[in-house]
Amino acid sequence: MIPGAFDYVRPSSLEGALTALRAAGDDGKVIAGGQSLLPLLRLRLAYPEILVDLGSVPELSGVRDEGSSLLVGAMTTHYDVLRDPLIHQHAPLVAAATATVADPAVRHRGTFGGSLAHADPAGDLPAVALAMDAVFVTSSREIPASEFFSDYLTSALEPDEVLLGVRLPKSYAGWGFHYEKFHRTAQAWAIVGVACLVQRSNGEISAARIGLTNMGSTPIRASAVEQAVTGGAANREAFRAAAESAAEGTSPPSDLHGSAEYRRHLVTVLTARALSKAASV
Amino acid sequence: MPRVSVEVDGVKYDDDVEPRLLLAHYLRDRLGKVGTPIGCDTSNCGACTVLLDGMSVKSCSVLAVQADGKDVTTIEGLGDGQTLHPLQRAFHEEHALQCGYCTPGMIIAALDLIRENADPSDEEIREGLEGNLCRCTGYQNIVRAVRRAADDMRGPADTTSAPEEATR
Repeated sequence: MIPGAFDYVRPSSLEGALTALRAAGDDGKVIAGGQSLLPLLRLRLAYPEILVDLGSVPELSGVRDEGSSLLVGAMTTHYDVLRDPLIHQHAPLVAAATATVADPAVRHRGTFGGSLAHADPAGDLPAVALAMDAVFVTSSREIPASEFFSDYLTSALEPDEVLLGVRLPKSYAGWGFHYEKFHRTAQAWAIVGVACLVQRSNGEISAARIGLTNMGSTPIRASAVEQAVTGGAANREAFRAAAESAAEGTSPPSDLHGSAEYRRHLVTVLTARALSKAASV
Repeated sequence: MPRVSVEVDGVKYDDDVEPRLLLAHYLRDRLGKVGTPIGCDTSNCGACTVLLDGMSVKSCSVLAVQADGKDVTTIEGLGDGQTLHPLQRAFHEEHALQCGYCTPGMIIAALDLIRENADPSDEEIREGLEGNLCRCTGYQNIVRAVRRAADDMRGPADTTSAPEEATR
């Protein structure tokens, strides 16, 4: 289908983008890689009057080493994230999850910041950002991941606020990691996904961080499982037992891919698998 | 109306376009490049895949204005009208198509895959083509054709590592 009509600007500076967004008010929309937004426009599920394309704002791309953290520019494509040595060294969970996003052609265009700002609870990166306590750096403030995702396809970003980048702490480098995604066809969204980080010492789990994909209107931490595994043995039996509480506090959707009840069961299975793979047992 | 300047299959075009015009529609309706079909409306099928500055994209998910200043290669830019590109030849010889609707996108996606990985395994081919759907042949012959084309494109010196055919 053909999108509804809109105006289009492609400013070459951040200041230009902010000016355009302020002028547009509620009728403006930022376009990054467009891999989530363009399908919505084509299906006429979104009707912005003006698209502000960030594609010509050079400082928003690339991964920067900030010492104790990485700053991933919002316009860094999934393709570039996957090829970035800093990401593999300090945030391998991000690489693991990014490799499962859609397909190669979409990863060439789609961006790290765009897929997070889209705030789709079925997207792969929000749960990772939540598990890692990422910080969202915008044109006006810094927002912790726990406050960034406010509802289905809704983030804390204001209409005239631009996501500049996402700060990923290096503190999880060296932890075991895994992103377990369950989907029925190669490029489909996760029916449920589990982003998992574990720290092992002497055969025990000393700390765990688990983010869940598509188990509610926002990504959500599996806090009960994190507590249950911490201080316990790093083996499959212990993980299976702990993962029984993975659905606690979630409100998953029912759709053609599965009922809420199915997802509540599935998340326990996937969480146990993710823990085992992250801990390499 | 914004003006775009793009090079498509080696020819330069300057056009005024509506911002909402998709690259796929620009290629087909304005330039007559109907070798690039449109299959779905949900970015799933990959039939409309083209190269944008050398990298595969789904042209139904790119605005024509976003291609401004860039280089586009469609299926029509691969052969020269006399000689087939090795991928086109391999798809023909391995019977990697029935209706042919997915073929332009498959071949462009395969070209991108081979650019990154000159000697892909069957599994790597399947992963590289995961964004492209074929509803008639299944994927067996497509994978075989891509492997054969990759071998051909590397040249005769290095054909010893071709993996065994996947089990059916």
